[in-house]
Amino acid sequence: MNEMSKIETTLKDWETDQEVRWCPGCGDYAILKAVQRTLPQLGADPKNTVFVSGIGCSSRFPYYMESYGFHTIHGRAPAFATGIKLANPDLDVWLVTGDGDGLSIGGNHMMHVLRRNVNMQIMLFNNEIYGLTKGQYSPTSREHTRTPSTPLGSVDHPANPCAFALGSGARFVGRGIDVSKNLPDVLTAAHAHQGAAFIEIFQNCIVYNKDVFDDFAKPKGAEQQQLWLSHGEPMLFGSEKTGGVKGLKLNTQAFAFEVVDVADGDWQAAGVQVHDATNRMLAHMLVELPFGEFPMPLGVIYDDPAPTYEAAVIAEKERASAGKDTSIARLLAKGQTWTVSGTASDPV
Amino acid sequence: MATQTAEAQPDTQVQDSMVVRFAGDSGDGMQLTGGQFTLSTALAGNDLATFPDFPAEIRAPQGTLFGVSAFQINFGSRQINTAGDAPDVLVAMNPAALKVNLASLKPGGLIIADSGAFTKRNLEKAHYEENPLEDGSLAKFDLLAFDISERTIEAVKPFGLGNKDALRSKNMWTLGLALWMFDRPREPLHDWLKAKFKSKPEIAEANIAALDAGHAYGETAELSGPLKQVHMPPRPVEPGLYRTITGAESVSLGLVAGAQLAELPMFFGGYPITPASAILHHLARLKEFDVTTFQAEDEIAAICAAIGASYAGQLGVTSSSGPGIALKTEAMGLGIMVELPLVIVNSQRGGPSTGLPTKTEQSDLYQAVYGRNGDAPMPVIAARSPADAFDVAIEACRIATQYMTPVMLLTDGYIANAAEPWKVPDPSAYEPFPATFLEELPEGEEFLPYKRDEKGARPWVKPGTPGLMHRVGGIEKHETTGNIDYSPANHQRMTELRRDKVANIVVPDQEVSWGEDTGDLVVVGWGSTYGPIKQAVNRWIEKGAKVSHVHVRHIWPLPQNLGKLLSGFKHVLMPEMNTGQFKTLLRDQFLIDAESLTKTSGQPFQIAELEEAIGRCLNEKCGGKIGTNDDQLPNPVGVEK
Repeated sequence: MNEMSKIETTLKDWETDQEVRWCPGCGDYAILKAVQRTLPQLGADPKNTVFVSGIGCSSRFPYYMESYGFHTIHGRAPAFATGIKLANPDLDVWLVTGDGDGLSIGGNHMMHVLRRNVNMQIMLFNNEIYGLTKGQYSPTSREHTRTPSTPLGSVDHPANPCAFALGSGARFVGRGIDVSKNLPDVLTAAHAHQGAAFIEIFQNCIVYNKDVFDDFAKPKGAEQQQLWLSHGEPMLFGSEKTGGVKGLKLNTQAFAFEVVDVADGDWQAAGVQVHDATNRMLAHMLVELPFGEFPMPLGVIYDDPAPTYEAAVIAEKERASAGKDTSIARLLAKGQTWTVSGTASDPV
Repeated sequence: MATQTAEAQPDTQVQDSMVVRFAGDSGDGMQLTGGQFTLSTALAGNDLATFPDFPAEIRAPQGTLFGVSAFQINFGSRQINTAGDAPDVLVAMNPAALKVNLASLKPGGLIIADSGAFTKRNLEKAHYEENPLEDGSLAKFDLLAFDISERTIEAVKPFGLGNKDALRSKNMWTLGLALWMFDRPREPLHDWLKAKFKSKPEIAEANIAALDAGHAYGETAELSGPLKQVHMPPRPVEPGLYRTITGAESVSLGLVAGAQLAELPMFFGGYPITPASAILHHLARLKEFDVTTFQAEDEIAAICAAIGASYAGQLGVTSSSGPGIALKTEAMGLGIMVELPLVIVNSQRGGPSTGLPTKTEQSDLYQAVYGRNGDAPMPVIAARSPADAFDVAIEACRIATQYMTPVMLLTDGYIANAAEPWKVPDPSAYEPFPATFLEELPEGEEFLPYKRDEKGARPWVKPGTPGLMHRVGGIEKHETTGNIDYSPANHQRMTELRRDKVANIVVPDQEVSWGEDTGDLVVVGWGSTYGPIKQAVNRWIEKGAKVSHVHVRHIWPLPQNLGKLLSGFKHVLMPEMNTGQFKTLLRDQFLIDAESLTKTSGQPFQIAELEEAIGRCLNEKCGGKIGTNDDQLPNPVGVEK
């Protein structure tokens, strides 16, 4: 995000006159509303806001946001967004991508925008499927996913978006669910972060991969399956009503997490780990937690800002320009020159 | 010292031009020698053209045929348009260099060879059974062979360098001799060496000693052998300030000037590729001219970031060579669709695929004009010489910003690397073309992001502008609102609007570069064939033939008068370093019976080849192809004849 003057807007101000063309019931609707609800709370200014997307269902997003928008080409949105930020670092850039766009065709650009730490919010809608091309498996599809291109089930191992982001050097990694009421909080934290903020949003493709996240996203039983992280707070999940309060404890011998029961709310006695969003090693462990044995870590997993790329580029340009001669006439005449005097005659 | 004198000794002293080729191992510093000799030639007021030729391998195995690096310079007191056909002087620093380059030497030409490098091992590596310096096989040439290595070691002895370091100054010794041969002052070289080795004064001194020793040797050798000092008076040219310039420098400076004339900051997105990287290197040092350079993760990101910068209100520029241009293709389509300014520089090289990375070709013309999915029209312009690339780069910036479109600028490996003298232009002589941004609407007017001006260009609106928020993208969009619109009538209309916008770009009428406006034959070229075509046409004009030369800068859209102009000639001959791509385009556009003359050996045309082809065209049959040419740079090295 950027420190721009905050202005007052409402959700309505962020809606365009364009008819939204996602399938009825698509998780994208919920994300769109969450973003349109969050931006007024941030005091964001539509004229300084740019939504940049690639190709895919998620990438139609800019057309529905009453701000500046650029619907680019498949997988390359991070490169366009980088150019935009270098040309005008005051713009507040949101990048919208999906698991295919951002991790398959555009995996390379995703890696570089993260390692360079270009200041923007990157929302990766992960539905574990290719929607717009009618249901082929994606790089995040689980093994044995049956699709038109994998009629016998997929055989390749899925990529883990948050682990990829961390591995690429991301300084902010967050996770949310399309319909979760907590999504705006994750978006807000991402926006507050100076640098590339990566947010994986589990998104339900109701046509080609319906309810694939139900194991943890379904409201019923969610408390036992979702670990909402908060910096400085213990890693607790579950409730008395849903089968007991539990927590994650770090087994320092095994250097691994384990699930422990918390009795009478005394998480300290149970040895539950307190979340430190600035701890990179902790973040690595959290994004690698196998779901099933552990709940799904959600919220702000990692948030530890570092200098941004565009600031470094601009500072370098200023340093290199300081006191330099900017006369183009002198530039053209640089190096060893010689003068010819007299009258021209040009025999060939 | 082994010397021999050819029977027919040419009188080099009356020559008004001379071709010298420096050839040695990749590690011998021949490009540096050539570059510095070029500078001293320019300072002496001669016109010149150069042709650096080096292997694609960075450090090919020492002494091998494929590791030979050469630098050819043609200079004179008259106008020089090409790097020359056959050299008058060949400097061969080892047996491989001699073997690879000998076939091109003029009969009676002078060979200067470092006999110290003609060891048994080096002779074997060059596949020589006998030492050619001693077996009489070079009898038709003048030969000056002596131990340059030993003399260099001797000259730098006082500086306490080891043999290996001492031998590094061999190229300076050779340069010293060359400076003596052409009566050039040594002071600029002394100054240059002192500046280059500022932090290592002993290295500077050693190199200066080697240079001086080579120079002194010339005087001695003149007394006893075939070496003659040549006095070449300066070429009379238009008065003014001059410098030498390579195509890569010229494109870079032209882009900086173009961005300033458009009153825009420049954003350059690039990815290293031969022979285009030099532009990225030059621009990276020009940040004070409001230039941002971005070395992207790949060719695709380079162009996408440049389009992103254009979207945000800067002049986006990207540059590459054929394979990289191929990768950028999809993004060019987006640039055409969203109608944003963008300059794409293609320094062409031999293709397809990786092809010949360090050799020149003009085979990306179809790619430039036609090579995108969909009906995706894009202006294409081509530079004809290193100096011309400056003006062409400015023209590319003008078209891109005035018409809100990507533009492709074609140069090639030859133009990129070659140097020529350049009369430093006065930047104030160029008409500025300030870019305009739409910042507010007249009272009551609806904002239409795709409403066009009289040129067919849509408004450029920077994000950050209040009240003009809008969305752009690669999906077909409504004619005025820019909202998604797939309707049949709209797509047809938009396709036509995009086509017409580019087709109606105002380009200057085509002029005849050389010769009359009508005649028996017009030789039509584009790009770096300018020099040899001009010389060959001129030779025929001098013989009284009705031949003219037309050289086209605006490849797409073509000058409107071009068809009519060409119809004033009985024959149209089109030499191209491809299989006839521009010929196809002209035939299609003007229904003219243009004949192709093709050359696809990675070598530029020679004047003599074109002269002969023109002769055939005048007398019997036009067109054909020019085969590989063993006596021309760059040689097909390592191939036994």
